[in-house]
Amino acid sequence: MSRLSSGGFIDRSRIVKFSFDGKSYSGHPGDTLASALIANDVKLVGRSFKYHRPRGILTAGSEEPNALVSLRKGARHEPNTRATMVELFDGLEAFPQNVTPSLSFDVMAVNQLISRFIGAGFYYKTFMWPASFWEKLYEPIVRGSAGLGTTPNVPDPDHYEKASAFCDVLVIGAGPTGLMAALTAARSGARVILADEDYLIGGRLNSEKVTIGDRDGAQFSAAVAAELVAMPNVKVMSRTTVFGVYDDSYGAVERVSDHLAVPAPYQPRQRLWRIAAKHTVLAAGAIDRPIVFDGNDRPGIMLAQGVQTYINRFAAAPARRMAFFTSSDGAWVAAFDAADAGVEIAAIVDARRTVADRLLAEARRRNIRTLLGGAVTAAHGSPLKSVDVVADGKRERLAVDGLAMSGGYSPNVQLACHHRGRPQWHPEIGALLATDPPPRMKLAGAANGSYALSACLADGAAQGAEAAVAAGFAAKTVALPRCQDDPVEVQAYWHVKDTAHFAFVDFQTDVSVKDIEIAAKEGFIPVEHLKRYTALGMGADQGKLSNFNGLAIMADITGRSIPEAGTTIYRPPYTPVSMGALTGHHRAKDFRPTRLTPTHFWAKRLGAKFVETGMWLRAQYFPRPGDKDWLATVQREVTAVRSSVGMIDVSTFGKIDLQGPDVGKLLDRVYVNTYSTLPVGKARYGVMLREDGMVMDDGTTAHLSDDHWVMTTTTVNAVKVFSHLEFCLQVLWPDLDVRMASISEQWAQIALAGPNARKVLEKIVDDPAAVANEALPVMGAKEAKLMGGIAGRVFRLSFSGELGFEVAVPARHGEKLAEAMMAAGKEFGITPYGTEALAMMRIEKGHVSGPELNGQTTVADLGLGKMASKKKDYIGRVLFERPDLTDENRLGYVGIVPVDKRNVLRAGTHLMPLGAAVAVANDHGFVSSATQSPTFGHAVGVGFLAGGAKRIGEKMRAYDPLRGGDFEVEICSPYFYDPQGERTRV
Amino acid sequence: MLIPCPYCGARDSHEFTYRGAAVGPRPDPARPDAADAFHDYVYLRDNPAGDNAEYWYHGAGCRSWLKVVRDTTTHEIKSVTGAGGEVKP
Ligand SMILES: [Zn+2]
Repeated sequence: MSRLSSGGFIDRSRIVKFSFDGKSYSGHPGDTLASALIANDVKLVGRSFKYHRPRGILTAGSEEPNALVSLRKGARHEPNTRATMVELFDGLEAFPQNVTPSLSFDVMAVNQLISRFIGAGFYYKTFMWPASFWEKLYEPIVRGSAGLGTTPNVPDPDHYEKASAFCDVLVIGAGPTGLMAALTAARSGARVILADEDYLIGGRLNSEKVTIGDRDGAQFSAAVAAELVAMPNVKVMSRTTVFGVYDDSYGAVERVSDHLAVPAPYQPRQRLWRIAAKHTVLAAGAIDRPIVFDGNDRPGIMLAQGVQTYINRFAAAPARRMAFFTSSDGAWVAAFDAADAGVEIAAIVDARRTVADRLLAEARRRNIRTLLGGAVTAAHGSPLKSVDVVADGKRERLAVDGLAMSGGYSPNVQLACHHRGRPQWHPEIGALLATDPPPRMKLAGAANGSYALSACLADGAAQGAEAAVAAGFAAKTVALPRCQDDPVEVQAYWHVKDTAHFAFVDFQTDVSVKDIEIAAKEGFIPVEHLKRYTALGMGADQGKLSNFNGLAIMADITGRSIPEAGTTIYRPPYTPVSMGALTGHHRAKDFRPTRLTPTHFWAKRLGAKFVETGMWLRAQYFPRPGDKDWLATVQREVTAVRSSVGMIDVSTFGKIDLQGPDVGKLLDRVYVNTYSTLPVGKARYGVMLREDGMVMDDGTTAHLSDDHWVMTTTTVNAVKVFSHLEFCLQVLWPDLDVRMASISEQWAQIALAGPNARKVLEKIVDDPAAVANEALPVMGAKEAKLMGGIAGRVFRLSFSGELGFEVAVPARHGEKLAEAMMAAGKEFGITPYGTEALAMMRIEKGHVSGPELNGQTTVADLGLGKMASKKKDYIGRVLFERPDLTDENRLGYVGIVPVDKRNVLRAGTHLMPLGAAVAVANDHGFVSSATQSPTFGHAVGVGFLAGGAKRIGEKMRAYDPLRGGDFEVEICSPYFYDPQGERTRV
Repeated sequence: MLIPCPYCGARDSHEFTYRGAAVGPRPDPARPDAADAFHDYVYLRDNPAGDNAEYWYHGAGCRSWLKVVRDTTTHEIKSVTGAGGEVKP
């Protein structure tokens, strides 16, 4: 056991059992999976992506590139979690990834031996030819070896939710800087959100041994956090990662239940936050950079900050005998903490020739050997057994089971680059800083290159005050507590020259120095090319640890400075975000709302089958016992309508109420035909164009009284037409005096169709004389009292080709109306029908619908050219008259029937000349809608054919390769049923 | 992205529908070169990297059509007005 006997923020009074790779271990509350593994002496936690090299835990933070593990079994299985961010809970099961077959023995590790063949550009070079090899050979290999972890193949049982938050000052990061920023802003009265990815507030204060005022760092952070939590204007969000900076908002994910085996009742697994902040302080800290040398990825090698965290926060010693390899002061302090915790320190190897006397004295006091101007040139063993060091020209091998490294700090500037601000090189601290952050964001503390604790506290307080003032609050000065003021000297140091093959730059994507050399040699030198050619920084960690080293090494190779080599920007997310959190509740049937018609439950009681049409759920057909199949049902419904009477809910059509003296003028300008002459009490069918001359929508509009009209649109275009009319009224013709409201939801509308339709209607309206043939002629429209005083509307419209009426009542009476029609129609065998019968009858009748109004058809293409007025302007007129849109050989609207009446015609079938070969050049048109007509006893279809109506009578080849149709058809008029419309006039 | 609707205040862009560049006015259909004028009106767009005047519809709000000047490289909103002048109260 490597658990230290005292210290750390773990609850030693309780034991937490967990397993890793099938073996059982125990830890304590407060542990991460990584700290518990270290405390249990587990060094090997995974295999690398490309070479399957054994890897251990490198860090103690969210930047961890190696220790990617899968958690849990079954539906809650979750791949690619970072062991360093996983809070230990009782019963946690964790599994290593990328191991075939096992963690300790991996056959794919043979990739290391062929590594010189699978270096940079391997995929681009290897899988080029022959093309026939791709499907059978290359793709299975690539698929088999690509990716990490596996996804569960059953639905996630947990739920995820979305929430919004608003604040004056958002502080990202709750380390010393962020705590001071939040405290200062909060005391000024500003609404503050303090977010931190950790579950313990304090950041590095929990990892380093410091004194602030009269308290240690952890006590200080706990006290500040307690004060903040108690303030009503502050929201402290732990376990919350701010992952993206968007326009006027931040994206954050709160891991509400990730630290539990199963979320508490009614609690989400995770919560996605949109945070709108007036001003932001980014206090995300800085992380150690690895140093590139041979074998720098071996298990047992860690970043110095990580070693310090495991020892101080988790009381877990990563090794018994360690060397430290560094170019910054921070690693020295980490070494002292390790030594004080009982770890034997073999040496501190510092690449710098001079180091502060203070540090040398502290080392001497602990009898720690120091090698200045030195380097670690190689590491051996897996897990680590020894390292080769060189100093003053002398080489030696140190037996160690742990090595801590730090080549300087990388400030966490990622979020500051999400608006494309490019980080700039600052040689004085050897790091890239964000000089062009997003609007109203300031960086503070280590994230801005200030590493000394006193500087962090001061910077945090200053930026917190500035943000509060900018948000309109009077700043309150917060006394800065006394604390260490030691400068933190840093020299950027990234590469031990002349190291051998396996000197890794990017641990997650297995990019080595060799790969960068290959990229340089082959011309992939600009940093964006380098990334894509080698995969540098393309892992889930976005190169937090590797990008700087990679571009610095490329700069060295090409003899340029770091600014000349160029830097990369970052994109959201800062750390990986689960798809569940991004999806929230919008999954399966909750993806979008389901709209129910006013008669939905009535139809359901009658056993209707429903179909989704846009968001609507509509009755598709009403099966009855004895119906052979759905087609028999639909044909029965059609026959019932044509022989007696049927009814269908048509409430889903868009309905727009138009009022004002200029409605007629507006309609004249948006429809191709004329409305201003339409008398009160009548309705008219109209076609509406887009300004480019194509048909946008069709429907009927009724003139109810002088200034009052009601328009119907197709179901799918209801919203589009409404906003189009708003555009016309507000932008094109603001002088028109028209008011409009959508009444689609407010009115239920049911169509009655069939020779007995009027007999049914007469029993529903309070005054039967009002719906007599003369009182309500074809296309008549009037307001009427129904079912004993309910104010409704009656329109004499027909989509079926039979005598037809549409009855509208306020939506709350929709079901009552349906019941009343059923009762009134009982003696006539009234038959409810659905969308299938509706479509079947409109094809028999030749009415155009969705498949014909496909956005590529003009009013002339649809056979409705005569409707277009020549006497007035309307939207789309000018461009509709373009030569190509009026060409007589355009695809025009026709009817199609099979010559052999047994053939089934299908929409999508292509029309070719008889005997012509199947070729695009011979494709003359297509069937847009077709149905098995019970009225005619065979298939009928409508569609579009080059030349249109002038080819009526021609025989053609109907070719449908998808469903195996190939037979002869005859082109005819599309108006199959009662072309003179006599049946509607009785 | 927040759009400061002149009638509703700053509202989330989810409440709005984007139409495209704020071209116009609609050409006079009676002019002799109407076909060319409408062609340009319907099809020609500048696609600037920078300030762009656009139509946005506040469909989930006050239903106003707005003319929004937006920097296409930063999404900064420079100005918002009623697209056809003032909307009648
Ligand atoms: Zn508005």
